[in-house]
Order: sequence, then C-alpha cells, then structure tokens
Amino acid sequence: MLLEVRDLQVEFKTRDGIAKAVNGVTYSVAAGETLAVLGESGSGKSVTAQAVMGILDMPPGRITGGEIVFQGQDLLKLKEDERRKIRGSGMAMIFQDALSSLNPVLSVGAQLGEMYSVHRGMSRADAKAKAVELMDRVRIPAAKERVGQYPHQFSGGMRQRIMIAMAMALEPALIIADEPTTALDVTVQAQVMDLLAELQREMNMGLILITHDLGVVADVADRIAVMYAGRIVEEAPVHEIYKAPAHPYTRGLLDSIPRLDQKGQELYAIKGLPPNLMHIPSGCAFHPRCPMAQDVCRTDVPPLANVSEGRRSACHFWKECLNG
Amino acid sequence: MPEPDFDEGAAISATGAGGVGQGAIAPTGTGAAMDLAISEGATLERTPGGPEGTGPAGKPRSLWGDAWRDLRRNPVFIVSGLIILFLVVISLWPSLIASGNPLKCDLSKAQLGSRPGHPFGYDGQGCDVYTRTVYGARTSVTVGVCTTLGVALFGSVLGGLAGFFGGGWDALLSRITDIFFGIPVVLGGLVFLSVVTSTTVWPVIGFMVLLGWPQIARIARGSVITAKQNDYVQAARALGATNSRMLLRHIAPNAVAPVIVVATIALGTYISLEATLSYLGVGLKPPSVSWGIDISAASQYIRNAPHMLLWPAGALAVTVLAFIMLGDAVRDALDPKLR
Amino acid sequence: MGRYVIRRLLQMIPVFFGATLLIFLMVNVMGDPIAGLCGDKACDPATATRLKQEFGLDKPVWQQYATYMGNVFTGDFGTAFNGQKVTELMSTAFPVTIRLTIIAILFEIVIGITLGVVTGLRRGRPIDTAVLILTLVVIAIPTFVTGLVLQLVLGVEWQWIKPSVPPDAPFDKLLIPGLVLASVSLAYVTRLTRTSIAENSRADYVRTAVAKGLPRHRVITRHLLRNSLIPVVTFIGTDVGALMGGAIVTERIFNIHGVGFQLYQGILRQSTQTVVGFVTVLVLVFLVANLVVDLLYAVLDPRIRYA
Repeated sequence: MLLEVRDLQVEFKTRDGIAKAVNGVTYSVAAGETLAVLGESGSGKSVTAQAVMGILDMPPGRITGGEIVFQGQDLLKLKEDERRKIRGSGMAMIFQDALSSLNPVLSVGAQLGEMYSVHRGMSRADAKAKAVELMDRVRIPAAKERVGQYPHQFSGGMRQRIMIAMAMALEPALIIADEPTTALDVTVQAQVMDLLAELQREMNMGLILITHDLGVVADVADRIAVMYAGRIVEEAPVHEIYKAPAHPYTRGLLDSIPRLDQKGQELYAIKGLPPNLMHIPSGCAFHPRCPMAQDVCRTDVPPLANVSEGRRSACHFWKECLNG
Repeated sequence: MPEPDFDEGAAISATGAGGVGQGAIAPTGTGAAMDLAISEGATLERTPGGPEGTGPAGKPRSLWGDAWRDLRRNPVFIVSGLIILFLVVISLWPSLIASGNPLKCDLSKAQLGSRPGHPFGYDGQGCDVYTRTVYGARTSVTVGVCTTLGVALFGSVLGGLAGFFGGGWDALLSRITDIFFGIPVVLGGLVFLSVVTSTTVWPVIGFMVLLGWPQIARIARGSVITAKQNDYVQAARALGATNSRMLLRHIAPNAVAPVIVVATIALGTYISLEATLSYLGVGLKPPSVSWGIDISAASQYIRNAPHMLLWPAGALAVTVLAFIMLGDAVRDALDPKLR
Repeated sequence: MGRYVIRRLLQMIPVFFGATLLIFLMVNVMGDPIAGLCGDKACDPATATRLKQEFGLDKPVWQQYATYMGNVFTGDFGTAFNGQKVTELMSTAFPVTIRLTIIAILFEIVIGITLGVVTGLRRGRPIDTAVLILTLVVIAIPTFVTGLVLQLVLGVEWQWIKPSVPPDAPFDKLLIPGLVLASVSLAYVTRLTRTSIAENSRADYVRTAVAKGLPRHRVITRHLLRNSLIPVVTFIGTDVGALMGGAIVTERIFNIHGVGFQLYQGILRQSTQTVVGFVTVLVLVFLVANLVVDLLYAVLDPRIRYA
C-alpha cells in the first residue's frame, strides 16, 4: 500500500469547545489507484487530507491518535524537517480555489520553478525551463510567453492547470486533490478532471480525490469512501456503490441527484442538518437524519462491518439498506 | 452560528450534488435562483431549534449580540470602560474628588513637591497640580466627545451618501477628502488656530472636525459600498425597496460598526491632538484648565520640578489609552475575521 | 502602467490646488496678512492701505491666490518678516528636517517591521502581548510628552544627549529626536505589520507554499512577507509627508532649526509669506510621497500593475 491512514483522530479547539473533526478514519490508497472521499462540509474529509499532508493548522488543530503510514513509514513520527521534504516530492496537494491558492505577487513561473530550485537545487534558469515544460505538459498554450505572468492573468481553468502542474512537478507518488473542480465553470470541469486522471495514469500515482460531486466520482474513481461526522460510513468499489448503497446516508446522497427520467418530481433531500462537531449525536452520528433509525442506533456506534470483498459499511442495518 | 467550517465548498444539498455531475441540465439562471431559495430555506430552518439548536451555543445571535457577549468577557474592555466611566463622572462633577479651585494659586508655593492634602504638589504658578489635573479631564473629555460626535456625524453622512450613490458625488468626495488629507494636521491647526482669539474650546473642536471628518467619511464610504454589495441588499433593491429604506434599514446597521470602532479610537487621538495644539500655544489658552496647557507650562521647569509635567502627562496618556483600548476591544469583538 | 502614472498625476493636481488654497484662505482671509509688517504695533490706516496695495491685497482673494501661485511656480516664495527670502529660509530649514525624517523612517522600517513580523508570527505568545501593550502605550502618549520625558531622562538626568540640538543638526545629534518623531508611527507600523502578517499567514497561498514542502524561512520571506508588507510600505510612504509636517513638535522640544521651527516663527510673527510658502512645499512633499507610494504599490502588486 502506498498510503494507509489508520484510526486517525483530529480535534480542533474553538471558542465554544472542542470540535471532533476526525474520529477514527481508516483508509488506504495503492499506487495508480483513485480513492474518492465523499462527504459534506464538516465531515472531516479535508481535515483528514490536511493531516496526511502535514499542513493542518496546529493549533487550533491537534492529532490525538492514529497513524499515517506513507511508503512504509509513519509520518506522525517524523520530524518536521523530514516531513517537509516529503511534501511536494513524495506527496502533493491540489486545492479548490486556485486563485487564492497561488501567490498573487509571484509569477506562475517563479512558483512552479520554486519546486525545482528548493527540492532539487536547480539554478534559476533551469528551474524556469522546467516550469515552461510543466506548463506545456498541462496544456497551457504559449507557455513560454506566459511563464512570467501572474495568477490573476490566467482564466480559472488555466489556474487550476497550473496548480496541477505544481503538484505534478516532482512526480510525487501520491496526489491529494481537494475539490479540484468545484470552483470552475462546468465546461472546464471535465477538461481539468480528464487532465488530472490522464497524468495520474501516466505516472502511476495514487490519487485521493476529495469531493462532494458524485458525478465526478463515477467517471474517475476506483473506490469511494463516504465520510460523515468525522467517520467513514461506507467504503466500496465505485460501481457497486451506485448499484446498491449499503448505508442510508450514501443512499440519501445518491437519491438527491436530479435525474432526467424523474423530471417534474420533487427532488429528494436528506432531512435535517449536518451534525455539530461539538456535540456529535450519540450512537450512530447519522441517526437524527436517518429514515431507518431504530433504538439501537441511538445508543450503539455501528462498527465498520465487512459487506463483501473490499466493501464495508458502518450501519447496524446495512443488509436491509443493501436490499433497498 | 459558530459552527466550525473545516471543509470548504458547498454542503451536499439537492443542488450541490446534482446539477454539475449530471452535465448541467439547468440553465445558470434558474440554478442561481434555486441556490438563493435554498439558502433562504436554510436560514429559516436554522432559527428555531434545529438539530443543533439544543447545544448551549445553539442560540442564534446577531453581530452585536455576539460582540457584546465577547466584550463582557474581555478584561481590556472592562478596564478601559471603567476608566472612561470614571473620567466622564469626574468631568461632570470634578468636585467629587477635588475640593480645591484649579484657578486659586499661591505663588509662594510655586514648584513645591508633594505635601499633605496636595499629593501632586504645586505648579510654576503655585496652583495645586492635583486639582488642575482633575479639572483638566473635563476639557479633554469635552473636546474628545464633541469632536468625535461632529466628525462622526459629518463623516458618516457625507461618506455614506457618496458610497451609496456613487458616481460623480463619490468622485467629488474622494477629491475633497484627498485635499484635507494633504494638509498636515498639526500644521493646519497651527495656521488655523493662530488667528483665532477666542479662549473657549469651540474653535479647537471646530478645527478638529474640519480636518477629521474625511477620515470617517472614507471609512463610512467603504463600509457602505461593502454593505451595498451584500446579496440581501441587492435582493431588497430587486424587490423595489426605496433608497432611503435600503440605506436606513439594510445598509446603515451593517456599515456602522467600522465607523464606531474608528471613531472610538479617534476620540483618544483627538484628546491627544488638543493637548499637542495647546502645547504649541494655539489650542486652548489660559484660564482654561487643560492638561496640554499644564504640560506646556511645566516643560519650562522640567529640570527642577518634573512632577508638574508627569501628573498631567500621565492623566493624558491614561485617558487616550483608555479610548484606544476600548476601540480596539470593540473592533476585535466586531471583526469576525479575527476570531 | 504608463496610464496609471498619468492618471495619478492628474488626480494630484486638484488636490494640490485645493489644499494650498485652503491654507491660503486660512491665512489671508481669517488672519491679517499685514499685521506682521509694522513691527509689534498695529499699522496705522494709511500705511495699512498702502501696504495692502503694494502686496495686491486689495484685489479679490482668488486673484491674490493666482498671483501667489504664479510666483511660486517661478520659484518666488516672497519674503519673510525680516526681509530674508523665504526660499533662503527653506534652503537652511529643509535639509535639517529631511535628515530628521530620514532617521524617523529608518526607525519605522527597522524597528517597526521587525517587531511586527516577530509578533505576527507569534500571536498570543507573551512577546506578542508585551509588544502589543507597548505599542498601545506609545500611541496613547502624545509625541510632545514622549519627547519632553526623553529629553528629561536622557538629556537632563542621565546626560546621554544634549537636551537641545545645535543649529547645524548633524545626523548623530538627531537620533533621539528622530526616534521621538517616529514613535507613534513606529507603533502603528508594528501593529499594521503584525495584523497583516497574521492575516496573510492564514491565506491559502501560504498553505500552498507549506504544502509544496518549502522550508519555513522561505515560506515566510518569499511568500508571506512580500504580500504582508504591501500595506506597510504604503503606510510608511504616506507617513513621509505627515512626519515632515508633524516634525514641528519635535523640533520645538529639541530646539531644532528645521521646517517646524521656521513655520513656528512665521506664525508667531504673522509672516504670511513664510507660512504659506512652507505649507505649500509640505503639501507638495506629501503629494509626491503619495504618488511614489502608489507607484511602489504597483511595483509590489502585479494585480495593480496590469489592471
């Protein structure tokens, strides 16, 4: 396995108390594999990713337990300087909003070239040449002329390509993409996603794709992990989950996709609101919103049970759910 | 609702998961309308006890309610508030803590240090420094409060209107404020006040309002423009609200916070400026009792009798500090970005 | 960029005339421009009329202003109360004040930015709190009090410096006055830098820089500082004008014969020409400083440069 996250727990200290953002997340990614992590705001999907990257704001964040094993070593046991060297070269991250994630006062060439000059000790001229190469690779037209331009002079799609180029620069083994297409126009989304998938195949990288967009997931992901209130509630190969979800939350997500054949009908929405991380409901965190909730859901935390090969669900009634 | 927002991006809602993934069936227009409706729904849903309405932090709070809750717990606010309260009380009734007469002086006691009944000693004219320091508060507080009121009134009305209506008026106001910013304050004061012979506080206040209002006008203009761009204001405009209704009901309550903060901090600096002008001999003139005048007079005797300088200077510094700290505390409480 | 400069230059023009007109009006309309010309006593009516005619004071104010400005643009600032050319006074006074301002600006840059960066990166720690309180105290104490107290302590009690600066005012004698002049701005620079650093350190691009695996010092110097210092540079630039105008207090305390001293004399002796002349130059300095700041802003922030 390229990356294994085991029982990771993260807390945040806020003005109003401790928010438990991640409560025992376990997932793994192999080389060349795409794992989609699905969940709404506050489900802990981004926090988990930031913990893996080592860019969590600490404080207020705090990792209270678990392991993050990357290429055989537990990252949480490394010194900060050793971790830093892994960032960028071993694993890289693509953020949602490329405009704010790129430094507004440095040219894109400088920001791309920095990867080479810092990690590889290249000269400025070499780093710049590499930057042009990278921009070509992510298909930015007239790369040579545009390498000296600034982020605000590029379109949204082009900026996200630059982010991708930056992440790919040192050919890392793992890429974490946090909602990489959410901020883009619909027409551009597919292009950017295709580019990402293509580069991933070429370099045989592991990809963690954090998203709330089920449509994107179906096309590119191999496996899906659905998160709710800082836990994984269901994990499954992508085609299986679409056929028959084994958790009522996943079912709710799938049902809320508008479909052409149901035109005119009212859209389904999961009732209620996401949980307050300061006061996560007892038992199964989803029970206040669950149409299938029984008494046991209010008291007992459901374990992540094996449904079938490579498929797990954290629901007391996964069988009933699976059978519709 | 202070719910920690760790994941950026839209929550999974009916639209969030849909539209995009299925290849954008809906034209953007309706999509936007839907988003608006949904967020409307969400806000409505949140007010009465939703699932999280049960927690202790679950009560819906307004910006001001939130700020007030913060302030009550902030020691800086409490300390500076108490100091200011004390200053206001002694400027209204100085005789509460000082029985003497600030203008009754005895030259034979000039420059004497501390003695029983006269803890701060005597100044160069033989006046009681303690009494004069207490009575000086009235001048400083009057100047500070009146100037701030004037500046806030002119500044927020002119700046707010310019920001709201934009266009030519806005450009004109910007140039006018530029002009006033181009005049160094102390210099302007020196030039302007040196030709005034009145010994009251009003010319000083008038001058400070004249040079101070552009500062508030800029702040008010900026915050009105920001508030104007809020979605609910745009919505109110779309629903045909009149200008005056929009300004008073929707924009002013949201734009007023920065003005209050800046005005509070500025109040301290006005007090300081009055003292500076008095030190230069163009602010207040005797027989007014003012810290600036006393410090100025004491500076001649600084070698022999530093106490004459230190007491009024200390009082001045504490007063200015109290207002600045109050403004700072209010700003921290009102600025959600700093939380 | 070229159009940006031209636009800024054009915007300067009305501000220059507006500000100088305002000062001109204050002095000439509210005051009595010939009062200083007859020595210590008031002029008798006949002399007053003659003087008024001589100086063109019987003409409408706008005409007087136009004449004055016309003279100014040919380098003629008129004569001071003692018959000296105002330009002569300027040539002795401005170098002194410029030296003082340079020292003050250096203090702001070196101490202010350093403290701001240190505290901004250590928010909430004891050093942050201590510096923050110190800056508040410095802001709260008016410059003239700081100056008088420093003069008392350093000059009189400890005798580290001379309480008053000699007329030629060399750099080393201006260090403490420069610090006094800078004090309030210094505190503002510290706070501004701190806030700016604190805000930017939460920015997405800083997170990106960390995620790229850059060493901490590189994240700070190349990514964080560059962005955070933009507003600070703006403040310091605009402060040049304010410092030169505000130097009057410091100059009075330490008896420095600079611009403030001459202006003060001019006002005491009601020498209109001196006052209006000096203020006009100061307004011009202020405006040019602002222009330079705007250009600097464009250099530092490409979003403006290419707007």
